[in-house]
This record gives sequence, structure tokens and C-alpha cells, in this order.
Amino acid sequence: MLLIPCPWCGPRDESEFHYGGQAHVAYPADPSALSDEEWARYLFFRDNPKGRFAERWNHTAGCRRWFNAVRDTATNEIQAREVTA
Amino acid sequence: MAERLSPLARFTPVTTDDLRIAEVPFLTQVNLRVDPKSGAAADIGLALGAPLPTGPGTYASATGYDVLWLGPDEWLVVGAQGHDVEGVIRAAAGDAHVGVTDVSAQRTVVAVDGRRSRDLLAHGCALDLHPRVFGPGRCAQTMLARAQVVLTARESDEFRVFVRSSFAGYLAAWLLDAAVEYLPDGPVTSR
Amino acid sequence: MTARRIPGWQGEPLRFRFDGHEYEGLRGDTLASALLAGGVRTVAQSPSLDRPRGIYAAWTEEPNALVRTGVEPMVQATVVELADGLDATSLTGRGRLSDEPDTGRYDAVHAHCDVLVVGAGPAGLAAATAAASTGARVIVADDRPVAGGSLPDTAETVGGLPGARWAAETLAALESRPDVRVLTRTSVFGHYDDNYVMAVERRGEGAASRERVWRIRARHVVLATGAVERPIAFAGNDRPGVMLAGSARAYANRYGVLPGSRAVVFTTNDGAYAAAADLSAAGVEIAAIVDVRQAGGAAWDHEVVPGEVITGQVVTGVGGEREVASVILSGGREIEADLLLVSGGWNPLVNLFSQAGGELRYDAAVGSFVPGPVRQAVEVAGAARGVFTLAGCLEDGAQAGARAARAAGFHVEGSPQTPRTPEEGPVTPAEHLWLVEAADYGTHFVDLQRDVTVADVMKATGAGLRSVEHVKRYTTAGTAHDQGKLSGLLTGAVVAHALGVPIEELGTTTFRAPYAPIAFSTLAGRDRGALHDPVRTTSLHEWHAAYDAPFENVGQWKRPWYYPREGEDMEAAVLRECRAVREAVGAMDASTLGKIDVQGPDAGVFLDRVYTNMMSTLKVGAIRYGVMCRADGMVFDDGTVIRVAEDRFLVTTTTGNAAAVLDWMEEWLQTEWPELRVFCTSVTEHWATVALAGPRSREVLAGLAPDLAVDAASFPFMTWRDAEVAGLAARVCRISFSGELAYEINVNAWDGLALWEAVMATGVVTPYGTETMHVLRAEKGYPIVGQDTDGTVTPADLGMDWVVSKKKADFIGRRSHLRADTSRPDRKHLVGLLPQDGARLLPEGAHLVETPTLPEPPVPTLGHVTSSYRSAALGSTFALALVSGGRDRIGEVLYVPLGDERVPVTVTSHVLYDPEGARRDG
Repeated sequence: MLLIPCPWCGPRDESEFHYGGQAHVAYPADPSALSDEEWARYLFFRDNPKGRFAERWNHTAGCRRWFNAVRDTATNEIQAREVTA
Repeated sequence: MAERLSPLARFTPVTTDDLRIAEVPFLTQVNLRVDPKSGAAADIGLALGAPLPTGPGTYASATGYDVLWLGPDEWLVVGAQGHDVEGVIRAAAGDAHVGVTDVSAQRTVVAVDGRRSRDLLAHGCALDLHPRVFGPGRCAQTMLARAQVVLTARESDEFRVFVRSSFAGYLAAWLLDAAVEYLPDGPVTSR
Repeated sequence: MTARRIPGWQGEPLRFRFDGHEYEGLRGDTLASALLAGGVRTVAQSPSLDRPRGIYAAWTEEPNALVRTGVEPMVQATVVELADGLDATSLTGRGRLSDEPDTGRYDAVHAHCDVLVVGAGPAGLAAATAAASTGARVIVADDRPVAGGSLPDTAETVGGLPGARWAAETLAALESRPDVRVLTRTSVFGHYDDNYVMAVERRGEGAASRERVWRIRARHVVLATGAVERPIAFAGNDRPGVMLAGSARAYANRYGVLPGSRAVVFTTNDGAYAAAADLSAAGVEIAAIVDVRQAGGAAWDHEVVPGEVITGQVVTGVGGEREVASVILSGGREIEADLLLVSGGWNPLVNLFSQAGGELRYDAAVGSFVPGPVRQAVEVAGAARGVFTLAGCLEDGAQAGARAARAAGFHVEGSPQTPRTPEEGPVTPAEHLWLVEAADYGTHFVDLQRDVTVADVMKATGAGLRSVEHVKRYTTAGTAHDQGKLSGLLTGAVVAHALGVPIEELGTTTFRAPYAPIAFSTLAGRDRGALHDPVRTTSLHEWHAAYDAPFENVGQWKRPWYYPREGEDMEAAVLRECRAVREAVGAMDASTLGKIDVQGPDAGVFLDRVYTNMMSTLKVGAIRYGVMCRADGMVFDDGTVIRVAEDRFLVTTTTGNAAAVLDWMEEWLQTEWPELRVFCTSVTEHWATVALAGPRSREVLAGLAPDLAVDAASFPFMTWRDAEVAGLAARVCRISFSGELAYEINVNAWDGLALWEAVMATGVVTPYGTETMHVLRAEKGYPIVGQDTDGTVTPADLGMDWVVSKKKADFIGRRSHLRADTSRPDRKHLVGLLPQDGARLLPEGAHLVETPTLPEPPVPTLGHVTSSYRSAALGSTFALALVSGGRDRIGEVLYVPLGDERVPVTVTSHVLYDPEGARRDG
């Protein structure tokens, strides 16, 4: 049970959060301008590194805010976080 | 015509020396969304008699209201039964961009009170409820057992649990079952 | 059998049964110590080799003495506290679950502390005392009934007191502090990320719960878990009478029990000498000490223990038919003895440390793995990190406790004081030995509980296995109920020997939770029966329950399924309810639909982006049906949108998706479109909703709402009105999920029951449940998201092209609808199916094939049935199905294979009833 630091509510149990996958994958400005392959890359392709990974979390059982965090996928240590938007 | 019915209308309160559990029904509750730095936020604070609390996990008490921090731009304003809280806020906000929603029946409130209140809640709440950490004036949205709740700590070991109305029956049954250990006469319900 | 209690040992006598025989023990005994006191040496048969086995150890590391007691299907006799009337049965290696449900109460509790100390031995108590003195919140958890760790086993003195008494007094002093919690009989079984530590407290039969799970979040953890003695693999090392030396010492000192009368001690180190001295003083004749070291042990004092010391030799076997009667040495001598005490040194208990993410390193002096670096806020103290002297443990624990408190932010004054201990003599280094070499390894056991021998391990390495993890799985060594506490490292050492590599190169197998066995009923706790999962109910629930309506589970909601009348089964009730709605009027509790208040000047723009169709053009007072897709273009949810004001909409969602849709909206608003001035708030439970449906619904509404103009022109389809209904403030929406004239009446949930009772008091309205709702909507071809869709279905697949805007530049999912794949002609379309035999109800999930005879497998299937019902209106059964190219197959006959049958069905439009929509205005 990770203790995840919500930027607003402070550290809370992992079970209060929803995982949002890789961070910084923006919705394309004009999806219709993308080829099928580029669109598929946006939809389905994500990094899966061992080590530092910037990812999105939502404190669903708390303040319901989204934030980004950098987690080491090998140790689960959360090294940085930022409020989204 | 049938009476208004609160979600825990059929719940028999627990009233022992060490532990009391009872519904506080029909409170007026309004969900407020507004930019905390806006003039509207300040005006609403003035109208409510206390600035909107901006410290995460805190609530402010003014005459007739509790204003609970739910998020960086979200509060739950709680007033007495029948109080037109929505009207007060809308009047203060004027034409500003705010979200004001009457959610009075969305949740009901369970008061958990007494020397064993922390022990009882600790069965299902992962937060640290030690008085130094979660004392009067603190509030939190979290899980109690398997229900999402808003929890506030008041004076002298009293907590208020705001629970979604559909979960209220489950949570009341869960609290009663958890209370077994702290009641002089033992089990209230059998499994 | 002879009584083997040390003369003069006092205690309250307790009677118990073991394998049907009556025995007497003393309070404070374990079942194992009481059995030994009763002269019982053989306590079990081994699971696969059927060899007799005796008590081998004295605590959780015991591999042999497994028993079943009243409530425990499998537990070590060495940890069972003796109770009057205890009835235990021996097991052969594995237990069997009772057929009876466990009616005991189990619970859980969360706890927080600055410093958690695991273990209340000398190091743990010193750590807790040091930490608590700083004002830190401290929890001490120890798995034994009494404090002191090994002190009661060794009978050493601390601060001039007997160790056990010092420990009890220290613990009592800790317990008297307001911010210290002492948990005895509490096994810490898991150490997870961010110092989340789980423990189980055995509270006993008289307590409010038999066992309690503690979920502890600690800022800092001190692991003072001690060490466990290391066995040695030699021929016949499993024979009853072979016992760990420290365990025999524990039986004498802690329980006043002599595990034999004449002992040979086989050791690699000095520790066993102290055991021999204590046992000798207690009355066991020490026949010989066999020390593998050429020089023997320096600390040996012949004045204290008379007996022969044989150095530079090993034990090569034991004599005796079923139990040890003699011990055979490498020099050829055979010494008569009924007890063979073994000490291969001590393994620090690093299980929790390793679970916590700590790295282990091999320590040649200790001859075992000891804690290395750890990224978590964890300290290890005492024997758990290879400190084996009492003074060392006290000092080490105090330092660790102070460091932990300081790291948790507390002020530590000076250096912690530790009580004095008797001086300890010089130590002769141990000579590590795991395996006594032999020609035949068939009875050199490495895992007594799994009956794994050195021969088995050699077979594994002979087969080419090179990793201890692989050998563990191949041989099962270390996988038993005892969690490999004795066998794990021994197996590794034997593998290293077989491969000719140093032990440190192989490392250990992974230490996993639970450290000690834990029952599923304990983990389940109170989350069983009615509290297993939250039950969500509407404000009308008690009316449905009083009617005895069966409930359908929809997510966590309980929804009334149907309302049977006297003598009706489900089929009859549903047909009657359907007829009532199609021919007269019915009412349903629709309160579970998700409801979201969407406010703000950009609300219309926002909804245009999340729905496939246009919402911004909706007029105030009007309602529109909408579909949401995920970015992959697949249907995610559907519902109605009503425009409350220029800048305010009320969105409804499906019952199961209410939270997901709100989260979805928040995600886009917060992460992609923060510039949109929109706020979303759930109001699902603020409103109670009663659906009133059927050709007579208008007259019922008119009667309940005399001030509301209900004629079709004044109150057209897909509009809403605020009105007083049954004297209650209500919002009435003219929408239909059945194809009939229908209304949804929304009131404050506190008034829900009053509204429903008023509707029922008209005397003309039939209550109907979810099954009827399903039948009626399916007759009209309205899909249920999650039943007729499964995350691979587009609006076009559902025949709902009309709900997808062609005008909007973008909406979530639009780009995916433009992919070639989403316009393939063989995509699965939602169609209707009419079985040729109109009495035949197809099972949902049934597959569809093209021909009445099946080809050789794999059989190509065209799709599957998603919904299937009997229809009063159609006079036949019918189904909805997702069928490949389905809309091009209308009129074709397909087949549903059911057992040996192929049931013929005709493909139809998914709209089977009133395709012209003539009925919606009544």
C-alpha cells in the first residue's frame, strides 16, 4: 500500500487514488490532421520504463484533483509531483 | 401525505457513555465551486460570515454555517435544516462564474461521539485520527470502510461523517457492527 | 513414558487431549512443551515418506509438529498456547479445511505511529524505550504471549533481574505511557512500501474478535526480529529426538520441560555450550559435545558441565528404530543418547527486512545473510542483524530506537542508557557447516515439512538448475507452512555445495509475506456476509423490501427486479408488468440513474466535446438523448441531457457508470481543457426519480399535478417542467425508455417515498422492476451500455449513426470513427433475433453460427446474444445480439448451438416493437 502524496490532501493510501498512466500525453490539437498510425500512437502507445516515470494520478476518494508524479517503477519511490493545469 | 424521510430514519441511535452514534438528518448542504482568488469567493465568504478556508483538510465555522474544504476550488457549505444557503451564496456571487448546487439530500450526516469514537472509526478509516493530527477544525474526504465519506472532527471526541445517502444504510450497519467491542451490552446486530 | 517436568516447576494444571489421549500440562505451556512434558516424542508422520517426526524447535520455525485444533485446520504445536480442554490432532504435513463455516469474529484496525518496533526481545525493548522517551508515538509488536524474546529461553539476567522479569517490567513501563501501544501475541506478517506493516493479533476466544489485523503506517520501523538456529543436514537428521540446541534450552528454561534424559550436542559454535550447561543444570545428562572445530569451544567450563568434548568430528547418523537411541560419529563411535541437540549457528531473521526492500549481504563471520542497505526508513537491531550478545543487543536496540525517533523528528537527549548484563567470556569463532558429506544423501533432510532431502536437491542441480529460486520450485523446499524458516538457507547452502560455488554468490530466495501463516477468515475480517460489499439503496428501498420484491444487483445498487403477486413466478410477474405498461400505466424506481449538475458559461461547449451529438443547441426546457465515447471511439455511456438554464445542464448517466462519467468529465476539464469555465457536481442521490410509463401515464400525472398542463402540445416529448406533484416540488421530464408515453418525476430524495406512495395511492399504477424495464427497452431496440455493448462497440454498430454529429469539428471518439476499421462491413451490428420456436428463450452469451451443422473446430462464430427475454407484446421470445454484418443479414436464418441442438433464429431489425414510434404520445 503506497503512501501517495496528494499535492492538496497530503500523503494518503494508494487505494484512494486512480492511476492515469503516462503523463504529458496531450490530446492532439487537431485529431483529424493525424494519420491513422499517428492517432493509434496517441491512443495506444505508452512508455513502460524501469526507473523514473512521469505519470498521472487522480485522488478519486479525496479532493478528486489530478496531478503528475515522477515514480521510480523499480522502487515505487515518488520523487516529484506537480499539480495539473 | 407521508413525512420526509432521512436515509437513516429507521436507525436506532447508540447512546452509551463511551460511544454515541446518531444521524443528524436534513441539514442543508450546498456544493460550492469557485476560484478561491476571485472576488466572488471573498464576497461569498463575507456573506457566510467566514472566509472560505483555503487550507486543505480544514473547515471554517461561522454563525449558522460550517464551510468544509473539499478541493482547491470546492467547498461544502453546511447549514441548518431549511436554511436557504444556496440563496445566500447566489446573492453574494452575483453574475460571477460559480458552481452552486443544492446537495442537501445527496449525503446524510452521522455523528460519532464519545471516548471510543476514534477507536471505532479506526476500524475502517486509514487516516491518522490522533488528536494532534486530526483535531477540531480538520476535515477530510476519505474512505470509511468501503464508503466514501467526508469526515470532520469537532470538539471533545466528536466526529461527523458525511456519507452518500445510498451508502448510509451500509455504513450505519458497519458502524453498529464495529461498535460491538465498545458497547457494554455487546452485539447490537448479529451477522 | 515418564514425566519430564523439572522438579519443583509450578503452574496451574490444565487438561488437554492429543490424538485422543488425555494429558496434563501447565498454564504457560505451549502444546509442544506440554507434549514433551508428557513424554511424547513422536508427534507426526512425514507427508510423503511416512517417517516418524518429533518436535524439532520451540517457536514459529517448527517444521514437524503440525496439529489441527478446534478452529485451526493447521497450526504448529509450538505456538499453540495450552488451554484447558484443548483437543488437538496430529497432521501429516498438511491440514484440511473444515466443512463448517468459521463463525468466529475477526476484525481489522488502522494504526499510526512514529516508530514501530517489531520484536520485544532485548533489542526491541531497548529500542522502544529509547524511542518512547523522546515523546514519539511508539507501537511495539511481538508475536509471543510474554515479552523478552529469547530471554526466557536463555534465563540470562538484565540489570540484576531475571531476563523475563526485566522484560515484563520494561514492557509494563512502556505500556503505561500514553502514546505507546503494546501488542503481544501479534505477528507482523507483511512489511510493504512506505512502511505499511500488517500484523495479526491473536486475541483469543473471549475477546470481541478472535483475531485482529493491524494495518500500521509507521514513519520509522525498527526490526528487532531476532534469529533462528540453523540446522545441519546429516543422515537421519529428521529422527524424533533430534532437536535444535537452543530450542531444547528454551524448553528447559521457559517451560521447565526436559526434552530427553541423555543428550549428545552437535555444534559448530559456542552457543550450544550454554544450552548444554543449562540443560545439564536442569537435569539432562550431557553425554558428549561433538564440536566440528578442531580446537573446540574456548568457553567450555568442565566445572559447570561434566561431559566429554569431542572436537574435530561430526555426527554421521543416528541409531534407533523410530526415535533417537544413539548417535554415530565420524570417528566411528556410537554414543547412547535419546536426544541429539544440533546447532549450526544462527540465521538473523531478515524476512521482514527483505520484504521491505532491504538488500541482504552474506556475512562470513555469522555464516548467514544479514541486512545491507535499505531505501525505506527502517532500522535493524540486535540478533536480526547478527549481534548475538545480550549486551550488544541492548546497546544496538537503544541506538536504533534513538535513531528512529530522531529521524521521525523527535529530540534525543544524550545517548540512551542500557541496563547492565553479566560479563560474557571470549568467543571462539564458529566453523560453518551445513552438510555432513556422505555417499548417500537419502535421509539428509533440508526441509522436514516437505520431506525434501539433499538427494532431492542434488537431483535438481544434476538436472541443470542453477538458481535457488528454481531449486525451490523444483524440490518444493521452503514452500511449506513454516515458510522455510529453517530450510531456506540450508537449501541454498546445499545448492552452493553441489555447484561448488560460494554461498554468497547464490543469494537467497525471495522473502514474501506472510511471514507467519494467516487464515483467510482473519484477512476477510468483517467484510463478509451483509458487510461484504456496500449495498446501495434508494430512498424508496423500504417500500420495495416491504413488498418482498426480489432485488437485482446493479453494481452495488439493489434494484427491485419484479414485484410478484401471490402465486406468481418471475416469468408471470414480468409478463404482467410488461402488459400493464404497454396497455395501462406502470411505475419504476429510477433513482439509481447517475445525475451530474453541469454549470458554467462554457457548459454547452464542454458537452459538445464529450457527447457525440450536439448539446449546445439544446433549448432551455428541452431534453436530448446523448452518447459518450472513449477516445477509441467505443461507446462508454449514454443518457439524457436536460438544459436547466443557459449555463446549466443536468446530465444523467447509466446506473453503473455514474462515478466513472463524473471522473471522465473532471479528467478532461482538469487535464485538457482547464480554460473551460465549467463545474460538474454529482447530484445522483439528491434526487429520487419515479418513472411513470404507459398510455395512461398522462392521466395519472394530471391527477397528481393538477396545475401542470400535461397535454401533448403543452408538454411535448423531450421537454421538462418544474411542477408540484403530489404536493411536492418536482421536476418532470417527458422521456421514455419503453417507447410508451412516459414521464420521469424527480423530487428531493427525502420526499421520494412520499411521491411513490402517492403514485401507488392512485390505485391504477402497477409497480414494475428492472426486468420489465429491460424487456420493454429491448423490444424497442434500446441498448444497455455494458450489456449490449462491451467496449468494442461504436454508435454505428448499434445502428445509432443519428446520434453522431456530422457538423462538429471534434468530439471525444470522432477521430477513431474515421478509422477504416470502424467502418468495416463485417463489424458486429446490434440486431434482433426471433427464435423460430417462439417459446424458446435463448441464453444470453450464446454464440451464433451460419449453418445448422457445425464444421470442424475452430468453429467460426458470427457473434453472440446480448439480451434475451419473453415478450408479451410480441407473443414470443426475442433477443438482441451483436452479429457480424448483422444489418445485412436481416431476414436470414442463423443458428444458436446449445448442447447438441442448433436452434434456428431469424435475424430482424433491433427495433422489434412499434418501429414507427406511434406510441410515445399516448
